[in-house]
Amino acid sequence: MLKILFFLSSGLFLGWSLGANDAANIFGTAVATKMLKFYTAAIICSIFIVFGAVVSGAGASHTIGQLGSINQLGGAFIVALAAAVTVLWMTKAGLPVSTSQAIVGAIIGWNFYSKTPTSISVLSKIVGTWVFSPILAAIFAIILFYFVKKIIDSSKIHLLRLDSYTRIGLIIVGAFGAYSLGANNIGNVMGVFISSSPFKDISFAGIIRLSSVQQLFLLGSIAIGVGVFLYSKRVMMTVGSGIFKLSPVTALIVVLASSLSLFIFASQSLHDFLVFLRLPPIPLVPVSSSQAVVGAVMGISLAKGGRNINFKKLGQISIGWIATPVASALLAYIALFFMQNVFMQNVIN
Amino acid sequence: MPNIFNSRSKQLEGEIENYLDRVTTSGLIFYEGVKAYVRGNKTKFEKNFKDITALESEADEIRRNIKHTLYTFMLIPESRGDVLGLLETLDDIVDICEKVIEQFSIETPDIPDFLKNDFIELAELSSKAVDEVVKGARAFFREISMVSNYVNKVHFYEQEADDTEENLKRMAFHRKDITSFSHKVHMRYFAEKIAAVSDVSEQVAERLAVYAIKRRI
Repeated sequence: MLKILFFLSSGLFLGWSLGANDAANIFGTAVATKMLKFYTAAIICSIFIVFGAVVSGAGASHTIGQLGSINQLGGAFIVALAAAVTVLWMTKAGLPVSTSQAIVGAIIGWNFYSKTPTSISVLSKIVGTWVFSPILAAIFAIILFYFVKKIIDSSKIHLLRLDSYTRIGLIIVGAFGAYSLGANNIGNVMGVFISSSPFKDISFAGIIRLSSVQQLFLLGSIAIGVGVFLYSKRVMMTVGSGIFKLSPVTALIVVLASSLSLFIFASQSLHDFLVFLRLPPIPLVPVSSSQAVVGAVMGISLAKGGRNINFKKLGQISIGWIATPVASALLAYIALFFMQNVFMQNVIN
Repeated sequence: MPNIFNSRSKQLEGEIENYLDRVTTSGLIFYEGVKAYVRGNKTKFEKNFKDITALESEADEIRRNIKHTLYTFMLIPESRGDVLGLLETLDDIVDICEKVIEQFSIETPDIPDFLKNDFIELAELSSKAVDEVVKGARAFFREISMVSNYVNKVHFYEQEADDTEENLKRMAFHRKDITSFSHKVHMRYFAEKIAAVSDVSEQVAERLAVYAIKRRI
């Protein structure tokens, strides 16, 4: 059991860092502008991340599984660790890093090491989604911006009442954002452990059944929750008052737009519905919440007439699409070699 | 939680409306007071003076309550500073309206007949500037796109008041009807004091224009 926990620890660490960084994308402005107390935000965020991960985490995780089926716990440990270290490095370098890109790179590293062919069609589907998700978030943000502006302008709502509605909106949209984050990103944290999951299905009084995968997701999402509670406050203050200075209403739009983007790439029901309508289904892929937020902020800048567009930030995102997976793949490859040959642990079956 | 927010917000909305009503009324009493004094209606003037003094204290009290509520219950954290800034500068209008009437009551200036109409017109223009700036403040809370419309009107009335003030001072100094220099200076002093109401209104309007830009989403 201790050995299992040790091997899972890298995934939990990745979860912790995801919680520390990405909760700020959802509640950063609300907390930094004092619209919500940090603990209110942290509680809502953690509960809904767990909820999203356990209920709706399977779809995006499945795509990660298709990219590389890591069949040894030792291998999964190294892959998650390589991704976590890459995220940590890139965060220190001040880049809008994506856990999704780090884990995909690390899986490709494992594929190279284990001489497993990487499915180009799955990889292109994933990379295409990375590019598309900030664009989609920007489109959502533009539509929402005009919609909200029209409502505010025509309703003649009092500043104070708008403030109280915005607070309620930030809580509801934040909960939805946390749910979407959990559903979309749990695959990054725990996806690599699915094939080698040590858990058995359990049932509570025959009412609640938790599959082995759901137990993994529960554990991973709790780690994300711990990250939210212990470390996200500082990041929230930076996001909320540093890089993007948003008003509470625009923050609401940004969070909703980016959450919708995350939700679309995680919702199995939406996927099935589109298939039912004989429309092309949206791929279920873990995407970067930070980049979706940047996309949404850019969308608002465009809607306001294209001023203040941060081209440097756009450039950093594009670099991240390549640099993050490459760095993570290299790190995974080297670490797998050491794990196998120095620590004598099996990393492939 | 939403209900608590809403009832508190509604209460505060009411207090802000109350406060803005006081500012409008102070402008009206100011005009009526000057008119009563110039026309020699002492009883009405003294009543106006008493009313505006009471109004000034009430406005202060309401403003303090608003400030307390905004900070205690962490309402509108983003625009709280701007709202308080706006209410405090609006308070300057009430203060100056009260001070001018008080100066009339203390110094009892002797207004010659040929200046009477100009003094009344000047007070009316200043009072209109107050009225428009308060409308602008109401728009700031409810209909941000209308703020610039009211700000423009304040600029217009302030300019008109400036012209009337200049005309009044020229007449006071150039006509032979006023013989003593001290009397001329006294007339200039009161012309400047009455025009100052429109100047302060314009200062509030300038702030309002900036706050309105900040509040646009």
